Amino acid sequence: MVSTAATQSNDLVSRSGLRYRKIRDRIIETLLLAAGLVAVFTTLAIVVILLTESSAFFEHVSLKDFLTDTMWTPLFADAHYGILPLVAGTLTTTIVALIVAVPVGTIIAIYLSEFASHRLRETVKPILELLGAVPTVVYGYFALTAVTPLLQKLMPELPGFNMLSAGLVIGLMIVPYVASVSEDAMRSVPRYMREGSYAMGATRLQTALRVVVPGAFSGLAAAFILGISRAVGETMVVAIAAGMQPNFTFDPREQAATITAYIVQVSLGDLPHGSIGYQSIFAAGLVLMLITLIFNVIGFSLTRKFREAY
Amino acid sequence: MIDTSTRAAPESTLRNEEPARSSQPAAGAATPRVTIAVDDTRQARAITSVKAQVENLNFYYGQNRALKNLSIPIADKQVTALIGPSGCGKSTFLRCFNRMHDLQPDTRYEGSITLHPDNINLVGSGIDPIEVRMRIGMVFQKPNPFPKTIFENVAYGLRLRGVRNRATLAEEVEKALRGAALWDEVKDRLQDSALALSGGQMQRLCIARALATTPEILLFDEPTSALDPIATAKIEELISTLRDQVTVLIVTHNMQQAARVSDYTAFMYLGELIEFDEAAKIFTNPSKKATEDYITGRYG
Repeated sequence: MVSTAATQSNDLVSRSGLRYRKIRDRIIETLLLAAGLVAVFTTLAIVVILLTESSAFFEHVSLKDFLTDTMWTPLFADAHYGILPLVAGTLTTTIVALIVAVPVGTIIAIYLSEFASHRLRETVKPILELLGAVPTVVYGYFALTAVTPLLQKLMPELPGFNMLSAGLVIGLMIVPYVASVSEDAMRSVPRYMREGSYAMGATRLQTALRVVVPGAFSGLAAAFILGISRAVGETMVVAIAAGMQPNFTFDPREQAATITAYIVQVSLGDLPHGSIGYQSIFAAGLVLMLITLIFNVIGFSLTRKFREAY
Repeated sequence: MIDTSTRAAPESTLRNEEPARSSQPAAGAATPRVTIAVDDTRQARAITSVKAQVENLNFYYGQNRALKNLSIPIADKQVTALIGPSGCGKSTFLRCFNRMHDLQPDTRYEGSITLHPDNINLVGSGIDPIEVRMRIGMVFQKPNPFPKTIFENVAYGLRLRGVRNRATLAEEVEKALRGAALWDEVKDRLQDSALALSGGQMQRLCIARALATTPEILLFDEPTSALDPIATAKIEELISTLRDQVTVLIVTHNMQQAARVSDYTAFMYLGELIEFDEAAKIFTNPSKKATEDYITGRYG
């Protein structure tokens, strides 16, 4: 039983010190919040500008024409404002890029994560990530001056500007991203999961394909979505190698413009502010943002659906 | 302190001279050097048939000798428990049986684990670890079902072995799930993800997964340490029913568990085998002071 009250308090606890700590915490908290809000406000500002500028565009062009017209010629005398050719160009180059990047990136990731020795992995991964630091304009010229001539040897009728070459090079360009994120995802599959598979008598390859890849599915989906976003948003390679002619086709052998290529073309020109041509790039930008948003939503829901609780 | 000079050489308590194939020797007779303790709850049994014989097994992590000259018989279709304080090498020993150490670089086995009746040395350099793992099943400390459906988890080993026939797969999966006392709980949701099961169910699923390929020995590495008491009781009951079907080797921290489920018990300390005997003998009348100290909770 305690019979007398404590007579001493801890001298180390000073009132003013506590108050000072509280104030300091408050200040830091506010700064952190402000930093977070910068990102939110930037995004909001972009959305607002895109919406206001494109609403001016949609005063001249009906939404129906925008979505159904198969010609995009805002800068011509006979102006057509159908976004479909640009969307088709964007999707075609993206699909070609994914056909390259998804298998190659996944195979590299499986190799690095499941087969390569520690030393090899630590050597290859930084090099791979370095590839991602090469300026995209270099990739663009690589597509135009190296890949296209090579393809023309196989397909003599291939034009100098074409989506195939651009798509292939974009695919190569995003391989490091896909491989790196996929490898992280596979390495985060816990060891006891692999051990369970080995203990059943599985080989390394069987373990990699039947246990690690399904276990890392959410991460792989994230890697592919990241790759898609990069391919959809890629500008320099398509501007240089795919030509700038809006062309409603899904044939990768033809030349075409993507949404990004069009925006670059108009931004570099000397169109006056407020003209319909100038406003059209905001409408195109809005569509680009929506495409990216759709992919991110798909990726997010896939990730949630397949997220495995370890 | 452990007096290591009193380490039990197996011949002092038990030597099995019986060839593995003769499963029915004259009961009670003809096995003179096997100690037979009488226990109220369980009929004492001498090792009448050996599934695997461990002989002078040493195991090295790099230069570090983790297992020292282990010799121990593993009784066929009986439960053998490995007990001892943390770090005594019991899990290391268990993982020699299915060559899990081969997944780590710089590990080395010496000596032999002879699997009967084929007389193959499980830790010999001449045998493929994958073949060993195809014959020896394992259940881990943490339930580790694969990120697949319940059905596919159990079918995993069968598919690895090339079974394609759907009817065969369905039949074997059901048999394994029944064997693991899980069928009634999951039969209506075989296509659901295995990761939606409770911890105890996951562990029984892992047992079913191992049973599906009819292993010759089933290894349990502290199978209940991540489970609640009710799930633990179910697993223990299951292990008891597995006796007579499969040879079981179980590592456990829980001495009551070892006493409840095992027929034979080995006490290990610092990588050495201190005492091996029938569970009833170990837990009622151990012959080594160190064993007694450990099971009475004086250290460890």
